[in-house]
Amino acid sequence: MIILEQILNGVQFGITLFLMSAGLTLIFGIMGVINLAHGSLYMIGAYAAALVAAYTGSVGLALLGGIAAAAASGILIEFVVVQRLYQRDHLDQVLATFALILIINQSANMLFGRQPLFVAMPPSLSGSVTLLPGLVYPVYRLLVIVLGLSVAAGLFLLIHRTRIGMLVRAGATHRQMVRALGVNVRLLYTAVFGLGALLAGLAGVIAGPITSVQVGMGEQILILAFVVVVIGGLGSVRGAFFGALVAGLVDTLARAFLPMLLRQLMGGSNADALASGLSSISIYLLMALVLLIRPQGLLAGKP
Amino acid sequence: MTSDSLESRTGDRSITIVAPRLLAAVLVGVLLAMLPPAGAMLQVPSVVGLATQVMIYAIAAMSLNLVLGYGGLVTFGHAAFFGLGGYAVGILYQHFADSSAFLGFFPGSDALLVAIPVAMLVSAAAAAGIGALSLRTSGVPFIMITLAFAQMVFFLFVSLKAYGGDDGLMMRRRDVLPFLNTRDDATFYYICLMAAAAWFLLTACIVRSRFGFVLSGLRQNERRMMAMGVAPYRYRLVAFIIAGAGAGLAGALMANHLRFVSPDMMHWTKSGELMMMVILGGAGTLTGPLLGAAAMVLLETLLAARTENWQLYLGFILLAVVMLTRGGLAALLGRAGRAQP
Repeated sequence: MIILEQILNGVQFGITLFLMSAGLTLIFGIMGVINLAHGSLYMIGAYAAALVAAYTGSVGLALLGGIAAAAASGILIEFVVVQRLYQRDHLDQVLATFALILIINQSANMLFGRQPLFVAMPPSLSGSVTLLPGLVYPVYRLLVIVLGLSVAAGLFLLIHRTRIGMLVRAGATHRQMVRALGVNVRLLYTAVFGLGALLAGLAGVIAGPITSVQVGMGEQILILAFVVVVIGGLGSVRGAFFGALVAGLVDTLARAFLPMLLRQLMGGSNADALASGLSSISIYLLMALVLLIRPQGLLAGKP
Repeated sequence: MTSDSLESRTGDRSITIVAPRLLAAVLVGVLLAMLPPAGAMLQVPSVVGLATQVMIYAIAAMSLNLVLGYGGLVTFGHAAFFGLGGYAVGILYQHFADSSAFLGFFPGSDALLVAIPVAMLVSAAAAAGIGALSLRTSGVPFIMITLAFAQMVFFLFVSLKAYGGDDGLMMRRRDVLPFLNTRDDATFYYICLMAAAAWFLLTACIVRSRFGFVLSGLRQNERRMMAMGVAPYRYRLVAFIIAGAGAGLAGALMANHLRFVSPDMMHWTKSGELMMMVILGGAGTLTGPLLGAAAMVLLETLLAARTENWQLYLGFILLAVVMLTRGGLAALLGRAGRAQP
């Protein structure tokens, strides 16, 4: 039963990772922009939701506030900075968005201080349900899984079944052609960037009550999202989804079970130290393994 | 390819270019050598420590520039090798201090002439491993993978409680050199200055060698180079390893300078800072990383002295530099030099 519970935890973590890496993939896939400030949007979502929740006490408003703030910040960033970087090489994009991280992190520091904000779990969602006999699972985490899966499904429908999705897919491979067909590419780019920001904000909102809301939270998950993108294959939302689930499961299961396994092989304190080291790099080891076998990632987009 | 490196290679014009450049180099060398006595005279001894930091970061930035500027490989994990070099020194020192042995086999040491080669070897070996895997990809995946590997190294050292974990390792004294007193800050500055000069010359030799041309050629047109029979992977890997060794050297010196190493040295923001130095100064130029390192260290020091929120202003300045200039400070100086011949 504890294994099942940890698997669910892994799926829940994987879903957060998916929301992050889907945004990265969309923005990179269609616009060719590598956005390091994506993690900052996650942080903005988390902070905004925490503030709205503290003032109004409403879960729904907090959710809306978080994703609205992240999407608005994303659109602002696209308008002021990223728009000027489409034609530049990746180096300039990396550096400009790195500068944005410094700015956003320090601003958050000035506004909210270094102390992490703890977001109270909404009382209506703080209970647990019995899924199977002996498997009691927190309602909140279950909701995160359901919400994440429905967002993933919605994203697939958007990309594969709608006109906007068609343009997004076409723009990823044949940018000039899309422009020639009379599509307002500038607007499309802004919209895609906003959508990516919205997803990052959503990830931040739902992570708030599980982890603590603090400066620098965005970068930790950003790097994991990178790993997911590499595992799944760059430019493929499907790849991001499976990569995120695999990475979330590996990370969670390693953290949960490695100490136990290693303790059967060696002394307690050594085992704990080694296990904590190994489990924090397990996802990177997974990435190295995938790279060795398939450098392009598990489900790479079309070349 | 920058215009001045082109000019110096196109025959007769190089003669007219080299003389003023040589003069400038000698002048800068004399100025740098005069720094400690001048600092003492003007009652600003802190300038020596600052200049030492500039030299150390310049080595790290120059080594990064080899892959980033000349090789066109955007690696976001260079701080890992910087930190590994630092930890090699710190770990050797700790084993020396409590006269134990690393892995029960290798004795510790407090000799700079042992610590530095070990640091460079460790970093080069790590670069060989990480590079061999990362170079299987290119472009954006390469950026992400180098970043992820650097994080892996970072977390490894955070969890290594035997070597301080999060808190890092203190060194009671700097490593020793025969006949020189490394505890004297001015002497240590000269050591770093020499190391930076040596690395500068090495880089200059590398980029003007056949190897350097192939590396630049691969950046400009990989397919053409492959058609000429060049195997890109090997050249890039060798460049990556050399760059790793250079970062290891810088890390070893930094550990000695601060007498402290911590995982912060290999945090990914440090990689970003090193990249900023290269870009700020001018990627793919010899002097760019030196200028960039100096600009960055001075900027950080000045801003940090004025305000607690210096990172905010640093961010705005860097953003402006990236958005508004092309080619960094070296190009800016070059343009100014050409404007008034």
